[in-house]
Amino acid sequence: MSAIFKREFRAYFHTPLGYVIIAAVYFFTGYYFYTYNIYGGTTDFMQLFSLLFSVVLFIIPVLTMRLMSEEKKTKTDQLLLTAPVSGAGIVIGKYLSAVCVYIIAIAGTLLAAVIASFYGKVDWPCVTGNFIGLLLLGLAQIAICLFLSSITESQVIAAVLGFAVSLFLRLVDGISYVTGSPLLQKFFGYISFNERYSPFTLGIIELKNIVFFISAAVLFCIFSTAVLERKRWN
Amino acid sequence: MLEVRNLVKKYGDKTAINGLDFTVESGEIVGLLGLNGAGKSTTMNCITGYLAPTEGTVAVDGFDLVKEPDKAKKLIGYLPEVFSYYSDMKIDEYLNFVCDLKGFTKNRKERKQHIENVCRKVGIGEISGRMIRNLSKGYKQRVGFAQALIGNPRVLILDEPTVGLDPSQIIEIRQLIRDSGKESTVIVSSHILSEIQSICSRIIVIHDGKIAADGTPEQLTGAAVNLGELTISVRSGNSETEKVLENLSCISVFSQLPDPEEGTVKYLLKGNGDRDIREEVFRTFAAAGIPLLQMSLKETSLENTFLHLTGQDSRTEHFGSVEPAAEHGGKI
Repeated sequence: MSAIFKREFRAYFHTPLGYVIIAAVYFFTGYYFYTYNIYGGTTDFMQLFSLLFSVVLFIIPVLTMRLMSEEKKTKTDQLLLTAPVSGAGIVIGKYLSAVCVYIIAIAGTLLAAVIASFYGKVDWPCVTGNFIGLLLLGLAQIAICLFLSSITESQVIAAVLGFAVSLFLRLVDGISYVTGSPLLQKFFGYISFNERYSPFTLGIIELKNIVFFISAAVLFCIFSTAVLERKRWN
Repeated sequence: MLEVRNLVKKYGDKTAINGLDFTVESGEIVGLLGLNGAGKSTTMNCITGYLAPTEGTVAVDGFDLVKEPDKAKKLIGYLPEVFSYYSDMKIDEYLNFVCDLKGFTKNRKERKQHIENVCRKVGIGEISGRMIRNLSKGYKQRVGFAQALIGNPRVLILDEPTVGLDPSQIIEIRQLIRDSGKESTVIVSSHILSEIQSICSRIIVIHDGKIAADGTPEQLTGAAVNLGELTISVRSGNSETEKVLENLSCISVFSQLPDPEEGTVKYLLKGNGDRDIREEVFRTFAAAGIPLLQMSLKETSLENTFLHLTGQDSRTEHFGSVEPAAEHGGKI
């Protein structure tokens, strides 16, 4: 697993992909920090984290699109599947590499909070809650997009599927308002990332929301492993 | 070293391999031969753990590939038919990654030494800092060979290792395989029969997912020798020779072959069945006072054996590439 992690993490920086993703997130973080905090003269980071939610939804499919699909297309998965590494080890190694790049990318928010703390009082519990929320959101979404990457050989299709699913998860609570069925309303409300993420932006860390995001991450990593193993058995 | 028992692999309704059973001992170089789609690559994929068998078992040094995959796979080095590499990696980075994957020593010095040895062995020592994507096909294949040798595997599986290489590269890779056979058990598949014959100490012919033959090259070619087919050359005319041949009860068909030597004629004789007809032919010509200059059994190459075992010989004969063209002949 550590071999896969090291290779994938380095691969992000052997190509411009890792730099572009980190730069994009830092750009939006800096832009919102300047617009809302510096220009607005406030140390309230709730707005910045709320806006980053949308940015992250579109950044993560790009971060994960090549992880599994490229291996299938170039047939380098042959090396991995014939090596003494389990399917779960391959998936976790790849997953953790994407998570590490993601953490580097969103770490800019903490940097912004530290800068703001020089000029005023920062509500650190709220910032920490927001950061944990953004991290958990990323953990779940990376796992979902990794799974989408495992079901296709095309990076483009993996990215487009990732965008579509991310957008759906962003808008699903809107669907819950227009549907007549209380059961569907409850279901869509339950799976809505927006509903789960919102309490974090207020600095409220609820166990059920933490469990939700971590469960989604574990479930989709298991799905990705199943897709990988299916190839071996079919 | 490698035990394959009742190996079956099905893709949906299609059975790719059906009940393969063989054992490969340490130090053997075994060639897998078969037509396209015969099941060679599927067999290799099952042996390397890339595919899981539908039925049966594969054990490497006693470790079952399904029950103890990590232990079994550590002992295997695999060069796939199409060597795939990460385009963003240099040779040394790639081989380091393979060391990590195979769990080969974390000791930096030992690892560096091992990678250098492997690179030297396959002839890429001087270029180990280059990007793999910029290498020629031959060098890429050597990198593939190097990754298969990482960790000193006890079993080396090579799927069409010389495909697409130029003649000098083919000779080098063949020598590498022979050298590897001194330290590892090697299983190699190839369409080039002469290659298999020159490298392997044992050949397994797979046809329709089953083992059609298993033995040394000599055993396989010897098994296909037809004692009932002779080529003779006599110092005589056509009519006298054919008169003698027509009286020979042990042959069913004869046909004249082109013979460049003046005053001699050459014939191909087919006996009744597979029994040895040489002595009877010799005595008959001696009794008729016709000097028999040459007599030889029909030459049997591995190619003929392979075609015979895979049921392709009748088709090839039809196109005339196996049998020499007859000028004229007769039937008794």
